[in-house]
Amino acid sequence: MSKSSKLNGGVSRRAMLKGAAGAVGLVAGSGAITGFPYVHSAEPKVLRYLGTAVNEGDDISKKCLEDTGIKIEYITATTDDVTKRVITQPNSFDVLDTEYFSLKKLVPSGNIFALDSKKIKEFDNITPVFTKGQLPNGKKIGNQGTAPWKVLYLEGANSKTFSKTPTEFVTLIPTVYNADTLGIRPDLIKRPISSWTELLNPEFKGKASILNIPSIGIMDAAMVVEATGQHTYADKGNMTKAEIDLTMKIMTEAKKAGQFRAFWKDFNESVNLMASGETVIQSMWSPAVTKVRSMGIACTFQPLKEGYRSWASGFCVSKAVSGPKLDWAYEFVNWYLSGWAGAYLNRQGYYSAVLSTAKANMTADEWGYWMEGKAAVADIKAPDGTILEKAGAKRDGGSYDDRMGGVACWNAVMDENDYMVRKWNEFIAA
Amino acid sequence: MMLVFALFFLLPLIFVTIVSAWDYNEYEMIPAFSLRGYSDTFEGCIADLPNLCTILKTYLKTLKLCLLTWSLTLLIGFTVAYFLAFHVRSKTWQIVLTLLCTIPFWTSNVIRMIAWIPLLGRNGLVNKGLQGAGLIHQPLEWLLFSEFSVVLALVHLFTFFMVVPIFNSMIRIDKRLIEASYDAGATGWQTLVNIIIPLAKPGIVIGSIFVITIVMGDFVTIGVMGGQQIASAGKIIEARLNALQFPAAAANAVILLGITILIISALTKVVDIRKEL
Repeated sequence: MSKSSKLNGGVSRRAMLKGAAGAVGLVAGSGAITGFPYVHSAEPKVLRYLGTAVNEGDDISKKCLEDTGIKIEYITATTDDVTKRVITQPNSFDVLDTEYFSLKKLVPSGNIFALDSKKIKEFDNITPVFTKGQLPNGKKIGNQGTAPWKVLYLEGANSKTFSKTPTEFVTLIPTVYNADTLGIRPDLIKRPISSWTELLNPEFKGKASILNIPSIGIMDAAMVVEATGQHTYADKGNMTKAEIDLTMKIMTEAKKAGQFRAFWKDFNESVNLMASGETVIQSMWSPAVTKVRSMGIACTFQPLKEGYRSWASGFCVSKAVSGPKLDWAYEFVNWYLSGWAGAYLNRQGYYSAVLSTAKANMTADEWGYWMEGKAAVADIKAPDGTILEKAGAKRDGGSYDDRMGGVACWNAVMDENDYMVRKWNEFIAA
Repeated sequence: MMLVFALFFLLPLIFVTIVSAWDYNEYEMIPAFSLRGYSDTFEGCIADLPNLCTILKTYLKTLKLCLLTWSLTLLIGFTVAYFLAFHVRSKTWQIVLTLLCTIPFWTSNVIRMIAWIPLLGRNGLVNKGLQGAGLIHQPLEWLLFSEFSVVLALVHLFTFFMVVPIFNSMIRIDKRLIEASYDAGATGWQTLVNIIIPLAKPGIVIGSIFVITIVMGDFVTIGVMGGQQIASAGKIIEARLNALQFPAAAANAVILLGITILIISALTKVVDIRKEL
């Protein structure tokens, strides 16, 4: 509208009225009348949001527009493509939704803006999992791999070096994270599973699967190798060449013996493999387990005694962003941490970065089921209202403290990444 | 025409070749001459003898799949084209039946491949049917996520690329030649071998080029149908790209291109397409 008005050489009265009425309606709806509404701002508040489909919900962008007037334009790509895009086209996005392990590639490229922690309202309330590597109750958690606190801070505003001690320059504001483990079909396995070793147990020959994303797949493999007692890694997320050789040798033997039915790369593939019974034990993601279950098929996100492999994602801002757009980016991040989005994520089985604000937006029963490992009092519903669990159910793995406290390692990029990718190709060809 | 060709084909190709001889680190390409992309690719090819190195194993596997797919699509495609050209008399029916061959392309690649699971899977239709008929007692595991399923999916997809050019060649054969052949006392088989196949050769070669180039570079179908457990030349490039190792990916692409060009030029040695068209 504004574009055509400009072309006409002036704003028509009618267009002006329509615009003003619309804007007033919007502002009144959001209950944010504070002095002059943003009808006076020169351009609409739009942020280009680059990320994977996992966190790009319409519900979140709608609610954000309602609350802040910021319009989110999603740019969807796979994890690998997001990274490629940040490095090759930093001008093509404003806000970036990515994982901590990618930072080792992204930050040296100089395309990531160092956020000012003082402008993040809830920064001090972000769970100490990210800032100190410990649970709110003080228990230390696993630090192998690219753990968030290793790459959270920069030495200066334009630095490309990660700071070991907290500074005010933050790379990535965490929003969502989880602890991953193996998914199993309890109805087909018919006995308790308690260790990562079961993935290579010949009992499940031709019925196992792992993730075919080399950097993550090899960590699941390392969990298995360590569980079998064949090797103890100094850091599963940063192996030496000899350790990579050893891990891939054990996996290659299993592959040749026909242990794996298939490897998967895509969310839907993992759901299909499990739901069709092609596999009975495999690396999996929490929402995929939920999806299999919502089809009426028994599937457990099995806690294992060696612990979980964890991941965490959040927001970066492109170095190309400046001026009012930068303020909107801060506003958006602040909104995201203010509770509604956190509660939304918690209800999907993820965890939110600021626990206090999310708790305020959930019912006591929801909080008890998702976060405290308590039996659900009423039916547990997904954000869209479908019933996920009946009353009385308990979450796999229990409470937040039990699950996050059991984290053994974090998704990572290794120093020997190049060598590892070559070995992975060799493994696939074997 | 030449400009479009130069801009969108030659230029990118030159870039890929240049980049393949660059160095790289975790997050960027370094424009310095390095043959690391190539030397890494052939790592262990001499040291591991008599065992095959990764790249040789991968190419042997890719060539094997390519050969199987090519011979099956040729056989089926030729038969279908023969039927369409010589047994279907009306033009309308020829068009309708040719269009029917495009049905596999109506759904997306991924959906189509996921749809094989309920058919060929452990609890799929085929296994349940065979078990119900008492022919087998254990489900056949090799039906899915095996070379069998890869070739099946590739043939299902690409037979069409054989049918069209062969049909196109056959329809141009002067029907009087065939009549003359029969009049001279040739059997059906002799007519096929001495008249139809030689005259359909350009179609066969064009179809073969389509199928071979597509299968050599394929990584999606081989990946999904092979359960990601079967290596292919395309898969190696994809893994390298995803790890941001662009020069290594480019080096592999150049190698793949070289091998494909070799195969195609061998084919065109057999038939001079320019002359035949």
